[in-house]
Amino acid sequence: MNKVVKNAEEAIAGMQNGQTFMLGGFGLSGIPENTLKALVESDLTDLTCISNNAGVDDFGLGLLLKKHQIKKMISSYVGENKEFERQLLEGELEVDLIPQGTLAERIRAGGAGIPAFFVPAGYGTEVAEGKEIREFDGKMHLLEHWLKADFAIVKAWKGDTMGNLIYRNTANNFNQAMAMAGKITIAEVEELVPAGQLDPNQIHTPGIFVQRIFQGVDYEKRIEFETTR
Amino acid sequence: MSLDKNGIAKRIAQELQDGYYVNLGIGIPTLVANYVPEGMEVILQSENGLLGIGPFPEKGKADADLINAGKQTVTTIAGSAFFDSSLSFAMIRGGHVDLTVLGAFEISEKGDISSWKIPGKLVKGMGGAMDLVAAAKNIIVATTHTDRDGNPKLIKACTLPLTGVQCVKKIVSDLAVVEVTDKGFKLLERAPGVSVQEIIEKTGAPLIVEGEIPEMKI
Repeated sequence: MNKVVKNAEEAIAGMQNGQTFMLGGFGLSGIPENTLKALVESDLTDLTCISNNAGVDDFGLGLLLKKHQIKKMISSYVGENKEFERQLLEGELEVDLIPQGTLAERIRAGGAGIPAFFVPAGYGTEVAEGKEIREFDGKMHLLEHWLKADFAIVKAWKGDTMGNLIYRNTANNFNQAMAMAGKITIAEVEELVPAGQLDPNQIHTPGIFVQRIFQGVDYEKRIEFETTR
Repeated sequence: MSLDKNGIAKRIAQELQDGYYVNLGIGIPTLVANYVPEGMEVILQSENGLLGIGPFPEKGKADADLINAGKQTVTTIAGSAFFDSSLSFAMIRGGHVDLTVLGAFEISEKGDISSWKIPGKLVKGMGGAMDLVAAAKNIIVATTHTDRDGNPKLIKACTLPLTGVQCVKKIVSDLAVVEVTDKGFKLLERAPGVSVQEIIEKTGAPLIVEGEIPEMKI
């Protein structure tokens, strides 16, 4: 079982206009840089993107937004991107803002085959509009539905030829849940090794969730706010 | 005299208890970490997937794969753990976090909070704030008592889009410590040198004042 593709261009083969994709990362940490670059260089358009954040103006998802390849964003926090804010305020971009924990769980549920579940987040706010509300143990909860995608694009630290993945530090974030929720999951890794070299005890994402994997190149790993002592 | 940001953080740090797991929001709440009392063990949770946030890294040691929820580079402590976002919010939603400290645009006398959106002006998103306020056992708001234009932030009913309802337990501002009770805002403490009268004037809802109001011990 060999899931290895040559590079990011080969990894996104078959992706079509109007499709939905998930993109791992929190801020710029743990984003699939290589695949993002391939998307920016492609002519794909009208895409719906599920990503916790929206990148910054000149890096990450921000570049896709700038080229107007994204029709709709499903996110929880988009504060670091001025072009995003402009497109949103001028109505060029559809945006669905979702509480971060609900977003993560909807993605996990999509991968785990759970169509809907109840959470307390957003009760009494505009997030609750149009949603079924039910009381459990005296507390109000909203019915939330699973999220799935045509493509889930994730970044891991190490991976093997069978698609097993290990994330590093807080670069795991949304990658692990998203890896489960794509019809086709693309994993780009900093280090790709033959099957058998990763310790099975340490695997975060078992290979069954991953269809395509490749070793990325030239990681920039940009830091948004470098704070030191 | 009203407190500065660090003063507010110092006062909030007095609410910490040994063994607490705490989630600190962006801004003033982050500063609380600098005033954890000596000898007390408090574990900080970061919703992007870290339990046990350490201090900022030394110069040249910043790691792009190790950030807090404010996207600042941080370090780990002995006993830290990493995990994915869904597990992180299982900790929060599941009621395992003892205390949440966050900022706000407005707080109502019922404990409602607005903190994420100003229609037509600011659209940053709620991030993890809605999940946190809906689930945390204890929520303290760190804020200035009035906004930049001098308007009260503690009011009868929020005017901006809500983050959560009936969830805030306590407010620590530059002027006062206020508890949210069934009957509304109750003044507990005042900043050194600040009069009860000034606090009443700068609060946009009735304030319950019982007996002598002590000064905060900062």
